[in-house]
Amino acid sequence: MTDIIRLTAAETAARIASGELTAVEVAEAHLARIEAVDEKVHAYLHVDREGALAQARAVDAKRAAGEPLGPLAGVPLALKDIFTTEGVPTTVGSKILEGWIPPYDATVTKRLKDADVVILGKTNMDEFAMGSSTENSAYGPTGNPWDLTRVPGGSGGGSAAALASYQAPLAIGTDTGGSIRQPAAVTGTVGVKPTYGGVSRYGMVAFSSSLDQGGPCARTVLDAALLHEVIAGHDPMDSTSIDAPVPPVVEAARSGDVAGLRVGVVKELGGEGYQAGVVERFNESVELLRGLGAEVVELSCPSFTYALAAYYLIAPSECSSNLARFDAMRYGLRVGDDGSHSAEEVTALTREAGFGPEVKRRIILGTYALSSGYYDAYYGSAQKVRTLIARDFERAFEQVDVVVSPTTPTTAFPIGERVDDPLAMYLADLCTIPVNLAGNAAMSLPCGLAPEDGLPVGLQIIAPALKDDRLYRVGAAVEAAFVAKWGHPLLEEAPQL
Amino acid sequence: MTVTDLLSYEDALASYDPVMGLEVHVELGTRTKMFCGCSTALGAEPNSQTCPTCLGLPGALPVVNESGVESAIRIGLALNCEIAQWCRFARKNYFYPDMPKNFQTSQYDEPIAYNGYLDVQLEDGEVFRVHIERAHMEEDTGKSTHIGGATGRIHGASHSLLDYNRAGIPLIEIVTKPIEGAGARAPEVARAYVAELRELIRALGVSEARMEMGQLRCDVNLSLRPLGEKKFGTRSETKNVNSLRSVERAARFEIQRHAAVLSSGGTIVQETRHFHEEDGSTTSGRIKEEAEDYRYFPEPDLVPIAPPREWVEELRGSLPELPLARRERLKKEWGISDFEMQSALNAGAIDLITATIDAGADAASARKWWMGELARHANEAGVELSEVAITPQQVARISALVAAGELNDKLARQVIEGVLAGEGDPDRVVEKRGLKVVSDEGALNAAVDQAIADNAAVADKIRGGNLAAAGALIGAVMKLTRGQADAKRVRELVLEKLQG
Repeated sequence: MTDIIRLTAAETAARIASGELTAVEVAEAHLARIEAVDEKVHAYLHVDREGALAQARAVDAKRAAGEPLGPLAGVPLALKDIFTTEGVPTTVGSKILEGWIPPYDATVTKRLKDADVVILGKTNMDEFAMGSSTENSAYGPTGNPWDLTRVPGGSGGGSAAALASYQAPLAIGTDTGGSIRQPAAVTGTVGVKPTYGGVSRYGMVAFSSSLDQGGPCARTVLDAALLHEVIAGHDPMDSTSIDAPVPPVVEAARSGDVAGLRVGVVKELGGEGYQAGVVERFNESVELLRGLGAEVVELSCPSFTYALAAYYLIAPSECSSNLARFDAMRYGLRVGDDGSHSAEEVTALTREAGFGPEVKRRIILGTYALSSGYYDAYYGSAQKVRTLIARDFERAFEQVDVVVSPTTPTTAFPIGERVDDPLAMYLADLCTIPVNLAGNAAMSLPCGLAPEDGLPVGLQIIAPALKDDRLYRVGAAVEAAFVAKWGHPLLEEAPQL
Repeated sequence: MTVTDLLSYEDALASYDPVMGLEVHVELGTRTKMFCGCSTALGAEPNSQTCPTCLGLPGALPVVNESGVESAIRIGLALNCEIAQWCRFARKNYFYPDMPKNFQTSQYDEPIAYNGYLDVQLEDGEVFRVHIERAHMEEDTGKSTHIGGATGRIHGASHSLLDYNRAGIPLIEIVTKPIEGAGARAPEVARAYVAELRELIRALGVSEARMEMGQLRCDVNLSLRPLGEKKFGTRSETKNVNSLRSVERAARFEIQRHAAVLSSGGTIVQETRHFHEEDGSTTSGRIKEEAEDYRYFPEPDLVPIAPPREWVEELRGSLPELPLARRERLKKEWGISDFEMQSALNAGAIDLITATIDAGADAASARKWWMGELARHANEAGVELSEVAITPQQVARISALVAAGELNDKLARQVIEGVLAGEGDPDRVVEKRGLKVVSDEGALNAAVDQAIADNAAVADKIRGGNLAAAGALIGAVMKLTRGQADAKRVRELVLEKLQG
């Protein structure tokens, strides 16, 4: 059993295809693991035991019938609870959607099902993906498998923790300001934010429409690429989805070569305020790239300094509008419907009771920033900053093929440490946010442990829009070099649960 | 309803100059909704034409209906507007239970069409140019039905029912620039503008534009300023004025009300007002103490629209003959006055008359039936002329029977009555009701003789040269023949017999 849960997705799929394992055996092994450890980790909000086994049986039947199987057929996956799943609860980590059973599948959900991926359940997250620690979930925090008293990052802490605790070999996250990459970094896993528009947002509950992007999470670069290929591609249901072929990510992950590659190190994505061990591991990664034949170029992207400020105007503005639909009229929580309150009052009471403090904070912030008289100074200026950041990236990518940085300024922080200090919490996304504002693609992968706390550090690789394959080419090379150096994948150093 | 003080219309216009702004919403007749694939057909079971997108379910996204964009561009072109090279949708944020997302996807500072005009013709033939500020695309809301309240409004209701079938139906909002210089004719201009716009929309085939069905809805914004003053006064916004007549009445009422307030030293409050069909009055709706803040921002779920220029030119080239030009042509062809054409327009009769002529009737009789008997019938039944249960082909057939002398006008009216009562085609009604003109000379002679015998005194007067008395005898003959005699022939026979 232990062996099954520690296999990579690629290996699992191969064994199912060869008949060495059945999809049902694989699903059962993971369900058993969830049963055994998730009480401690709390990665899942909902485990769909029946659905998972039914899907696994269908895969086995397909194989028995000699039908062709996809590259991830029968591989279990943990789905962030932000994607709608027909007939299976979707809460977005919020009380306001408690008990809601969506009548439709998100495009990502549908593509996973069509690819015969076995969805084990829905993972915990910061409410409406707002947060960097998963502590903003209305259903309680998730523990970091490296140290259960620490956060697994956020908002996709549940997905990252599920991977790091071997409760699934694959997971899906969403990344608005770092919610895939930052959890990946602090849990020692791999997470990719594809180019904006690369993965359909249809059925992905919106936080900030112009920044949100779904993406793959895994324990290896190749597994992430295999998953990327399944979920990406044009969707006519999402107007902002890119109508172009998916970049050759799997091929890139299998080639893993950086010789002659120009790698940029951006001055503004590092320096003061970064944990010493994070800086040490990052510098080591740059040296490793150089050793692999890459040319390292130092760059400056001056507008990045304003990224966090711009992000905290744009994302709340869009969220204030996106979350307006939660009004108790058609679905979800309804408070005060006792005949003594008007519809307007029911809406207000429901929102008061259903949204947590961080969500309320952002709705208020965004409502203010969009108000007449303030729009130009706040939302308008933030959009200008956004353009400047995109230009900084354009200039950088005239000189280099990819940019690298630490994914996060620090390793995983203790649960409770930053909950009362929103600004400190927001800093966790310092390095990841510029990428969302520009719409580029980026990956985080493990680059070692910080000596001072023994916790994982993430290396961020950033590629221009539509060049997602570069992430995988560089990521695979770095991963191979590190694993060779360490003698094993980093995650094997995590404590046994 | 509180009684509102009004100044007489004449007095109001003696001191003040009205300025209007008209906002018209047109529901497009596209097969599917603006941002999803749901049907727009009317009359379906509540909430049966909905999907995650138009219900605003979490995660659902909009996709623009191309045919809605095409309709918007065609309307813009017909209104002599410039068509945007590049424009975006915007979110208009406000809470209302029948609005699924609690924002309306609309356009804000980047409308698809802007800077146009529409020439409208007043009853005396004068052409007044109404300048168009913009025409933009947006989506309709759902429909609330408030139960238990006295007036059907939300206030006092015990509960409300929500139907989202209408949510997401494409709307085009057409906004005029301030209409100045209409003076006392402002209400007439308002009515003529909406009537002309309705004709235009129908001619383009983008909507049936039936006001009674809410497919064309008008808001009348009105302010007064002292004669000679350049600065606009404070305006009121009378919402959902939903017939041509009401548009005119609402404008007139507001002119009188504003004048009464201003002339007594009061100030006009900027507010929305409700129009009351029963007495033509308006009452205060919601006072805009603080300007409603819709927090518009560009809709991030939709990509900008950049209509290719070749497409726009192709659409321009394929516009149909526009209503005003068409009416000028028809006016000449039919040989009628501006006033008569205006009446036909107001009655919604132009297409019906045209179709009747196409079916073989002459212009005069086609117009006579539609504008007379049938218009009266529509009016009594409270329906649009086009909804009267008779076809142009049937009217043309009746007209042909009259021309052939087989029916007189009186009988023709009975045939119409029969057709409207569902008794079948004109020929069938004639046969069933036995409505032929009596052309049998023997029967007619007998009837005339009978009438002379019955009315000896009258007959003597005629013999004595009093021709005016003949009417009484003709009447008697018509009575005997149950109206089926040809009156002209009866007169000839009477005079023949009595004057030799």
